[in-house]
Amino acid sequence: MTKKEEKAIQVTDQEVVEHEGLERTRERQCFVPKTDIYETDEMIVLVADVPGVDRDAVDITLDKNVLSIDAFNSSEEHEGYSVTYSEYVPGDYHRKFRLTKEIDPEKIEAVVADGVLELRMPKSEGARIKKIPIKAG
Amino acid sequence: MYRRFRMPSVWRELDQLQREMNRLMEVPFGMRSFSPLGFPAINIWTSEDKLIITAELPGINADDIDLNITADSLTLSGERKQEQMGDEVKYHRQERSYGKFTRTIQLPFMVDPDKAQAVFKNGILEISLVRAEVDKPKKIAVKAR
Repeated sequence: MTKKEEKAIQVTDQEVVEHEGLERTRERQCFVPKTDIYETDEMIVLVADVPGVDRDAVDITLDKNVLSIDAFNSSEEHEGYSVTYSEYVPGDYHRKFRLTKEIDPEKIEAVVADGVLELRMPKSEGARIKKIPIKAG
Repeated sequence: MYRRFRMPSVWRELDQLQREMNRLMEVPFGMRSFSPLGFPAINIWTSEDKLIITAELPGINADDIDLNITADSLTLSGERKQEQMGDEVKYHRQERSYGKFTRTIQLPFMVDPDKAQAVFKNGILEISLVRAEVDKPKKIAVKAR
C-alpha cells in the first residue's frame, strides 16, 4: 500500500505499562511520549511529542520532585467513515521524571504548540554555575 | 474437486484445523494496527465516496509540509527542523528525531485532486479527498423481460 523513499525519521509508539496493579480509568490507550531533555546554564528544557493534544488538555504536576506529564488526546472518530488502514492509535500520553532539587518549581513554564509540549524549568539561583575567573598571579 | 476426494482424510482434517486457527487469529478490521512503514505514521479512513488521511507530524511547521496529489497517489514530504542551540547546551536525553521525510501513499480509489483539502492541527495533518466522478461505482438496473 505504501512505499518509503527516505528513512530519516522513524517513530514507534511505546505503550505505558502501569506498575503496582494500577489501571487507567480512561479507555484510550496511553503512550510514553518521545522526549528530549537538555540543559543550559539557566534552565532545564523538556520537549515532548504529543500529537493530537490540545493546548489546554495537558496536566503537569510537580510532587516532591516528581514531575508528571499527562496529555489527553482530543482527536475524534470521523463519523460515517471506517478505518481501512491504521499505523497509529490516537492515545493519551503519560510520563514521569524525577527532578533534582535545583529546579525552581514556581518558575516552570509550559507551552503546547503543533503537538509538541515544551517545559522550561529555570534553575534556582543557588544551582546556577558560576564561573570563577582565574587571575594571573 | 475430484482430487480432493482422493486425499487421505488426515489432510482434510489438517486443512479444516488450519482454517479454524485462521479464524481464531482474525481481528476485526480497523482494530488492527500496522507498524509504520515510514515517517509519518498514517491512518486512512474511508466512506463510500470520501477519504480521510491523517498523519502524525508533531513539531513541524505547516509551511514545511509539502503535499502532492495525483488522481491515485498522495506524496507527503517535508522536514522536521531542529532548533539551533548554542554550544553550551548539554543533552540529558534525545529521543525525538529530525530530518527530511518523503512518503507516497497509494490511494484506495481515484480522487479529484481539485477537491482535496488539508488541515493541520495539534501536530496532526488531516487530508480530505473526494472520489473522482469517473471512478464512482455505477448501478446497473436489472430489467425483467
